[in-house]
Order: sequence, then structure tokens, then C-alpha cells
Amino acid sequence: MNLMKSLIPAAAIVALPQMGLAQEAATGEPAQHTQYIFTTLLFLMGGFLVFFMAAGFAMLEGGLVRSKNVAMQMTKNIALFSIAAIMYWLIGFNLMYPGDGWTISGWLGPFFSTTVLDPVGVGADAAALDYASIGSDFFFQLVFVAATASIVSGAVAERIKLWPFLAFVVVLTGIMYPISGSWQWGGGWLSEAGFSDFAGSTIVHSVGGWAALAGALILGPRIGKYKDGKVHPMPGSNLALATLGTFILWLGWFGFNGGSQLAMGTVGDVSDVSRIFANTNMAAASGAVAALIMTQVLYKKPDLTMVLNGALAGLVSITAEPLAPTLFGALWIGAVGGIIVVFAVPMLDKFKIDDVVGAIPVHLFAGIWGTIAVIFYGEASLITQLTGIIAYGVFTFVGALILWTILKSTMGIRVSEEDEINGLDMAELGMEAYPEFSKG
Amino acid sequence: MKLIIATIKPFKLEEVREALTNAGVRGMMVTEIKGFGSQSGHTEIYRGAEYAVNFVPKIKLEIVVPATMADQIVETITTTAKTGKIGDGKIFVLDVEQAMRVRTGETNEEAL
Repeated sequence: MNLMKSLIPAAAIVALPQMGLAQEAATGEPAQHTQYIFTTLLFLMGGFLVFFMAAGFAMLEGGLVRSKNVAMQMTKNIALFSIAAIMYWLIGFNLMYPGDGWTISGWLGPFFSTTVLDPVGVGADAAALDYASIGSDFFFQLVFVAATASIVSGAVAERIKLWPFLAFVVVLTGIMYPISGSWQWGGGWLSEAGFSDFAGSTIVHSVGGWAALAGALILGPRIGKYKDGKVHPMPGSNLALATLGTFILWLGWFGFNGGSQLAMGTVGDVSDVSRIFANTNMAAASGAVAALIMTQVLYKKPDLTMVLNGALAGLVSITAEPLAPTLFGALWIGAVGGIIVVFAVPMLDKFKIDDVVGAIPVHLFAGIWGTIAVIFYGEASLITQLTGIIAYGVFTFVGALILWTILKSTMGIRVSEEDEINGLDMAELGMEAYPEFSKG
Repeated sequence: MKLIIATIKPFKLEEVREALTNAGVRGMMVTEIKGFGSQSGHTEIYRGAEYAVNFVPKIKLEIVVPATMADQIVETITTTAKTGKIGDGKIFVLDVEQAMRVRTGETNEEAL
């Protein structure tokens, strides 16, 4: 019986390549429907890996906030992901990928165009055989927009009210991110200009970072963070969770960058996906090691939270061009990202910008660096890369500043002093993450 | 009878307990505490920002012994808890007026 069980899949594996064999022999490439199947599979696997980054962000942020705010941080994380998923269906996906449906060519896609999937059991004649199924493409793109929103939640943690934050997420994921994303990935004006951002150092990470920076500025620092001209650290509640979150994000990044190859139907494409995996891993490792060494040298003790940020900064740095660099290239690009974080975290403190989890150094600064670093191995000019960085920066930062200001003057974005000191868990939720521990 | 209150470094607790047991101490009370002395805490760095740790973790021992043993016990704690570095702790000796063993009703040195 056991033998039969293992024989049946084995037979299927042997039979599978036969299906496209006739055409393969003629062209050296798999049949188009085989390519469609493998690319769709790439999107689905990449998509659920990137989906799991939502868990990574949640654990990272849960570990770096104080225990009185953990339940609220978890609430924000699951709510923002879910809102992003709905908004991306309702408006975002078609706004970002207009095809022929631009409202203003190259700049603005169609509003009020919801996503429609392929029909059930779609036939080869009706499917996009040169690409992938709509469902896989839609799912893969929507988990990216959720990552952008997660970046914001970390920076504004421990003091922002739940509902104004979620209102911001609605606009960010439904409108702002899709509009700016369409400029490049939707085939808009920046892609025409030759801008290069493979998996989104700028389009995903810097956009999240700019929105986070605007939020942290309008919101102001946590009570007691900057007092008498000094910085008063507020150590996180659980560094084991923060470390788990970082490893989950690292895992998810293989889907993030690898899936962004957007094709897995040929020898070249699947080999490229493997190059991207190897480079992505290298950049994370070198970012972490760089931060480990830098904090040891600067502060005489390694700082785990900085090492975690360093790994993530390495990942963000390689995201704009994870394919072209050699492994050595990925190593030094990631290491520079790790070093940027070590210097950027205290620098933000000097400006009294309170970023609870280091989202701005990791996603904005390393994102800018990664986008510039494309010029060393990829095909892009410094001028077009800077054009893209500035375009995304101005649009997102100004848009987010306006949006945060409107929210502040209408709903109010910050909890009361008493609520902030007592913790958002009890004040806003009436429940605690750790109810069986005494106050300490 | 004397009450000996000693603050020591937490990592020294096992060594001190063993030495005191060997010296004839038959009971002690142990509390995890935080505090500061002439050292006045120290500084640590979190994400690039220096901050003061004003209260340092210590262990507080409370031991009641016959008055005749007190000097020897103080001596034992001093030699075992000492590292020679700042923050080794302090020892205080107080008079005890009365002792009672709850189970048997024995009093004073009988109760120790």
C-alpha cells in the first residue's frame, strides 16, 4: 500500500514533462501553457510567502513596543492587512495596473474598477497564456500593498488612535500606493523614463517609509521619549518575538523578490529566481553582520534590535535589484544598508522623530540606498533613479502629510496623555496582551 | 539574637547560601530587590541612546542568629560575596527582641 502511494506521484512527475515535450523539442522552450502554469505557481507561492510577512511585521512590532501596547499593535496589524486586501480589490489593483484603461496616460489609472477573476475552469483560449492567472497576479500584488501599510504601523506605534490609523490605511492602500505604483509597475511614465525598481525598494518600502515619516512628524514623539534634551529609550517588551518577526520577514522576502521575476516558465526565468533567492539571503546576512559589528564598535556591546533592523535593511537594499548583482555585490549592498540603519536610528532621535521600531531607517533610508545601488549592477542611470526616488518621495510624503493633517483636525489622531501612559491596550481595547503579569 | 540584613550580587547567592549553611545557619529569607548605593546605578545603550539604570538588581538576605554567631556570619557573607568590584553590597546587623516558632510555640534561640 505504501509503495502504491509513493508510486502514483512518482508516475505523475515522470509524465508531467511529457505534456509539453513536442513543442519543447521544436523551440527549446516549454509550451506556453506550461509556462502559464509555472508562472502562476510562482505568484501563488511568492504570494503566500509575502502574506506571511504580515505575521513577521506583527511579531517584530509586538516585540519592540512595550507590553501595555502589544494587544493594540496586534489589532492594528491584522486590521491593516484585512483592509488592504479589501481596498486593493475595490480600487487598488486596477488603479495600479490600468492596462489600456488610463484616466491620464502614464499618471493616473481608472477609479471605481473592481478586480474580476478568471472564470471558473478558464480554458487555455481565454487565459493570459503569456503571463499568469488573474487571481494569482491579484493576490501577489495585494500582499505587497499590505507590507507598505505594515511599515507605517510600526513607526506610529504606542500613541496613535486605532480608527484614524485605519482611515489612513484605507487611503494609502486603496489610492496612494496604487497611483504611485502605476507609474512604474503599471507601465506609467517612470517605467517609460527607464526607472528601475525590481521588487520595490522605492515603490513598496520607501513609500511606506515616507508615509511613516509624515505620520511620526504630525503625531509627535511618545510622552517622555525626549526630555531635558536627552533621549529616553523605551525598551521593547519581547526581543524573542522581535527576532522571530525578523526571521519571518526574511523568509517572506524570498517570495517578495523571487516572485517579482514575474515569470518561471523557462530555464532562464527559473534560474533567475534562484539567483534572486541567493542574493536576497546574502544581503540580509551582510546587513545583520554589519549592524552587529557596528554596534559592537560604537557602543561596546552588540544591540540585538539594531542587528534585526540591519538584516531588514539589507533586504530592503537588495530589493531594487536582487537579480543582477553577484553574491559579492549583494553582500556589500546589504552591508551598506545595515550600516545606514546603525547611524540613522540615533540621527532620527536627534531630530526628535520617534520611530518605535526603526521603520524609517530600514524602509525609507535603506530603500533609497537600494534604489541608487541599482546603477552598480543593473541597467539604470543615476538621474532616472533619483527622479524616481524624488517623485515617490514628494507624492507620498506630501500626500501623507495632508492626509495625516486632515485626520488630526477631524478625528484627532493621538490618544490622551492618560491613555498613553496607561497603555493603549486597556485604554482603547479594554484588554491586555499579557493580563496575568503584574504591572512592572 | 541578631538580625543580619545583607544585600549581595545575585550571582553570588548560591555560594553564600552554601557557606552560611556550612557555618551553621539553619534558615534564611531571600528577596529579589532593586536598589542603589554609592555606585548610583550605571548606564546602558538601547538603539544608540544611552540611558541610566538607576536601580540595580540585588538579592536581600535576612538571617536571624544567636548573638554569639553574628560576627562569624557577617565574616562568612563578606568573604563569599566579595568580588572586589563596585556593587558588592552591604551588611546591616540589628538586635532582635523576640522570636517564635509558630508550629511548636518555642521562643527565642530555641525557635531559630
